[in-house]
Amino acid sequence: MNAASSPNPPLDARATPLAEPLEKGNSLWHDAWLRLRKNKLAYFGLWTVGIITIACVVGPFLSPYGYEEQDLDLGAAGPNAKHWLGTDTLGRDLLVRLLFGGRVSLAVGLAATFVALTIGVVYGAVAGFFGGKRDAFMMRAVDIMYSLPFPIFVILLMVFFGRNIILLFVAIGAVEWLTMARIVRSQVMAVKKMEFIEAARSLGFGRRRIIFRHILPNILGPIIVYTTLTIPAVMLLEAFLSFLGLGVQPPMSSWGVLIKDGAEKMEEFWWLLVFPGFTFSLTLFSLNFLGDGLRDALDVRSSKD
Amino acid sequence: MLRFITSRFLQSLVALFLVISATFFMVRFVPGGPFTAEKAVTPEILRNLEAHYGLDKPLWRQYLDYLGSLAQGDLGPSFKYPNRTVNEILLDKLPVSAELGLLSLGVALVLGITLGTIAAVRRNSWADYMASSFGMIGISVPTFVVGPLLVLVAAIHLGWFNASGWYTPMDRVLPALVLGIAYAAPISRLTRGGMLEVLHQDFIRTARAKGASEFRVVTRHALRGGLLPVVSYLGPAVAGILTGSFVIETIFQIPGIGREFVNSAFNRDYTLVLGTVILYAVLIMALNLVVDVVQAWMNPKVRLDA
Repeated sequence: MNAASSPNPPLDARATPLAEPLEKGNSLWHDAWLRLRKNKLAYFGLWTVGIITIACVVGPFLSPYGYEEQDLDLGAAGPNAKHWLGTDTLGRDLLVRLLFGGRVSLAVGLAATFVALTIGVVYGAVAGFFGGKRDAFMMRAVDIMYSLPFPIFVILLMVFFGRNIILLFVAIGAVEWLTMARIVRSQVMAVKKMEFIEAARSLGFGRRRIIFRHILPNILGPIIVYTTLTIPAVMLLEAFLSFLGLGVQPPMSSWGVLIKDGAEKMEEFWWLLVFPGFTFSLTLFSLNFLGDGLRDALDVRSSKD
Repeated sequence: MLRFITSRFLQSLVALFLVISATFFMVRFVPGGPFTAEKAVTPEILRNLEAHYGLDKPLWRQYLDYLGSLAQGDLGPSFKYPNRTVNEILLDKLPVSAELGLLSLGVALVLGITLGTIAAVRRNSWADYMASSFGMIGISVPTFVVGPLLVLVAAIHLGWFNASGWYTPMDRVLPALVLGIAYAAPISRLTRGGMLEVLHQDFIRTARAKGASEFRVVTRHALRGGLLPVVSYLGPAVAGILTGSFVIETIFQIPGIGREFVNSAFNRDYTLVLGTVILYAVLIMALNLVVDVVQAWMNPKVRLDA
């Protein structure tokens, strides 16, 4: 049980017998929550993500500075009492830009993940439910798309159609749905053979109703786990694009933009790179641990590795 | 086996054709052309330029022309570098990117497999925790954070390396390390998982019973099976290293294809963009094919009828 501190708990930790007696009527989700709480790293990740999110949402309102408010007389100053994380070369407060950038990065992460989630779940569910030739064709298409250099297309899209933030997360979402489709398909194939689906069929329910009302709720676990793991991947892609100058554009702020700016000026002003880099890495770290912890807590067989 | 390779090869050709067509038309349907940036181009000169590059012909004609010359291995002239063909430009930059990619892949494999194996053999020891933490850090801390930080510490403060450039062998160290570490992390996790599964199996017990040393058991008997997950990851890893080199080439100012690609997209150098995309696509698909074959060879259980 102490193995909970490792990112890959041994198999026996997954079959943890619960301390509570069964009469208390623990639901599946309650059990999962208890298991998650025992996993220190995942629990830490949950708290960290929560705190960072709240700070990014609330923080900019509490700060006396605006994210694009310049103070050219001050210029770049190191961390001090007035500007806790220092200022950039235009005298903008780094803390407020960091928090504001966090909003953008997290928003892109959530929105693009939602796009990927929607496409992937519908595509995977249809392929898995119908099976046969339609499934073979759909999954072969996914195989082919897997082998395409997608980041290159995202770069082209961003260059050609202007650096528009809506387009940014649609493009990222369109890239990241493939794995979700594969996972959902294999889960649907397993669930659709179960008896309650047979029962639903014999009650004369339509296919759409069976897929969305009966099958999908039963594979929510893997979907939640993989969604949690998609968010950091998407945020990484956004930051990658912004780092190349193709994503979010200054004076707007995002973690990618701040890291790019910091990397250019780190020689003299180390804080411009260190704080954004640390915050971004900590967030990705926490989300990855949370996803791993959820995978163990919801007892999802490792489908990613 | 031959049937397997042929079917995968045909599949790659279809995908390649899709990539070429999609890129060709995407590039053409965007606002702005390669000559819009140039100041004071009279309509007459513009017409001449467009006639010179065949841009005045109907689109379908341009498309067929392009496919025709592509079949002969000709990627056409560059729009932005007069008198240079795309073939020349790419051949010029390819060795640099290839060297960076191979060095990084070497770092990733050596570091990842070693750490992963040690973690599996000494499971739940401090070495295992160290290796697992390294894996998580490597996955979570992006190259564009690690890269500049390493430059700041090792190049600027300690003065061990040049902060940028691609001249001496020492200039290869930091870029290859940064890009390699990013892929060593997932490889170490996959190796650990694969090795843990294999080390429980009967043939390992047999090898031990026959008195083979622990080192020999691990390296000769367990690794072949334990590395299967790593092999299947190599396709995505190589693709990632190729695109990851965009960032690395930008950070370290390395004159490779990645930087050229980003620039050519900004310049709307149609033929250079297309040529680069085709080159990447061919590389990625060829490597995926190799990976599939190696995987089939290593594990007879992988079905060959795909």
